[in-house]
Amino acid sequence: MSRSARWPDVVDVDVIVVGAGPAGSAAAIAAARAGRSVILIERGPFPGSKNMYGGVIYARVLDGLIPNWWDEAPIQRWVTRRQTMVMTGSQALTVDFRTDTWGRPPYNGATAYRPDFDSWLAGHAVEAGAQLLCSTTVTGLLREGGKVVGVRTDRPDGDLTAKVVIACDGVNSFLAKEAGMFDHFEPEHYTVGVKETLALPKEVIDERFGVRGRDGVDIEIIGCTEGIPGGGFIYTNLDTVAVGVVLQTQALAAQSKRPEEIIASLKAHPAVAPLIEGAELKEYSAHVIPEGGFNQMPELVGDGIVVAGDAAAMCLAAGIWLEGVNFAIGSGMAAGQAAAEALRLDDTSATGLEGYRRRIESNFVLADHRKLASVADLILSRRVQTSYPELVTNIVERIFTVENPSPKPGFNRIVLDEIGRSGVRLRDLARDAWTGLRGYG
Amino acid sequence: MSEYPEVSFESRMETVDFRVDPDRAHITVDGDACRGCTTQACVVACPANLFVPRADGGILFNYEQCFECGTCYLVCNTHGAITWTYPEGGHGVVFRRS
Repeated sequence: MSRSARWPDVVDVDVIVVGAGPAGSAAAIAAARAGRSVILIERGPFPGSKNMYGGVIYARVLDGLIPNWWDEAPIQRWVTRRQTMVMTGSQALTVDFRTDTWGRPPYNGATAYRPDFDSWLAGHAVEAGAQLLCSTTVTGLLREGGKVVGVRTDRPDGDLTAKVVIACDGVNSFLAKEAGMFDHFEPEHYTVGVKETLALPKEVIDERFGVRGRDGVDIEIIGCTEGIPGGGFIYTNLDTVAVGVVLQTQALAAQSKRPEEIIASLKAHPAVAPLIEGAELKEYSAHVIPEGGFNQMPELVGDGIVVAGDAAAMCLAAGIWLEGVNFAIGSGMAAGQAAAEALRLDDTSATGLEGYRRRIESNFVLADHRKLASVADLILSRRVQTSYPELVTNIVERIFTVENPSPKPGFNRIVLDEIGRSGVRLRDLARDAWTGLRGYG
Repeated sequence: MSEYPEVSFESRMETVDFRVDPDRAHITVDGDACRGCTTQACVVACPANLFVPRADGGILFNYEQCFECGTCYLVCNTHGAITWTYPEGGHGVVFRRS
């Protein structure tokens, strides 16, 4: 694991990348491979030390960067079983899908510890020629006229200069804000993820989750956050299980239950408790998530600066699809390539760096976000969070409850009864269905 | 609901590695601003439970076990009450199995 904090001999380079998470390392790999001098700055003692997530990496975006990445990436398990669970206080309805295909190359989703994964990816940046500078916090931007020309750090020697700065400094986006690229920052579009990593013997995890070898399970849950917009998740590592919740920050602050208490309620739910019984807490963690999607992204390109990954609000929180690391890698790669292109054409102004936007417009990064732009708010709405889970689980409970000697009421009767009892207006139901169809269709 | 033995909050935080900077608090809280705050949203929302209400209506803050997540400034509705920066390089939280 590379953790060099040695101050560079050359302090003026082509590209400075701030943050050695997935976006930053991908950017550094792309720029360094294009022959550019790159310094990759990480404030933690090693890459990934500040990062947590919730918790599946969809890494096919790496195919073009690291062929056969699956042979070497520090993966915990390959997700071959994916569950979506709709929960109320006493009920749970699960859609349980499994496929062997996801358990062999090129795979689909993987679980990993971020300190392992991020350090591995940063190692590839170093291999490509980037200089990794750990234990160094960037405290601000250096500017000439309006153009970004470098960064100020907290190291004694202070400043590093470059023709392009790629800001991959994470969800708090201090550099994009300082550069004036985040003029519509809205706190209500941010959630906080809190997680427990719980130790259990591998055989116990295999048995309880119904998997073998390196196969793993990812469970995404809605309706488990006590009315706070958000969701829950459970996923398997080799010999730990991660359990966590994602909570809209403003709504969390407006009620009285603390984050770890909401995790405790999820862990005590009859659908969850048997999975993790007897497990020992190994690590508690928390991180903020940008969930606003397409409409909440900052300006992506400025004079001498581009913004990628969480710093550009590129997490995709679209209900059934919860992705982020892939968007970070995809945007970081594009940022590194665009920086190299701008340097080649000797124009690192916002105009010269437009290749960044062009690249992510033409692949999944902005296409998926644009398509699902309207879904972000729908997912965090009260109806999707509370009313629909209750409605759906009550319908299913009625369908499977045998109330002899009464005859079966029939689906139509049950559905109409339950919609009536739920207080959901048909007009809202139709509108939400339309928004969903438009986004997912 | 089945019984689940919960660890104490102190034990919970002991599972996390923090390299505390002895010289500088990366987050500071303006006690005067907090005394006028009626919501004190940070108290319930901080995952590390670092904001403690004081008898005089202010807030006691401990930066040492901070996840550096940003929840506190996102929920704070008292302008200027929380001054938020990242810790010096190499300091602060170090996740291992996150």
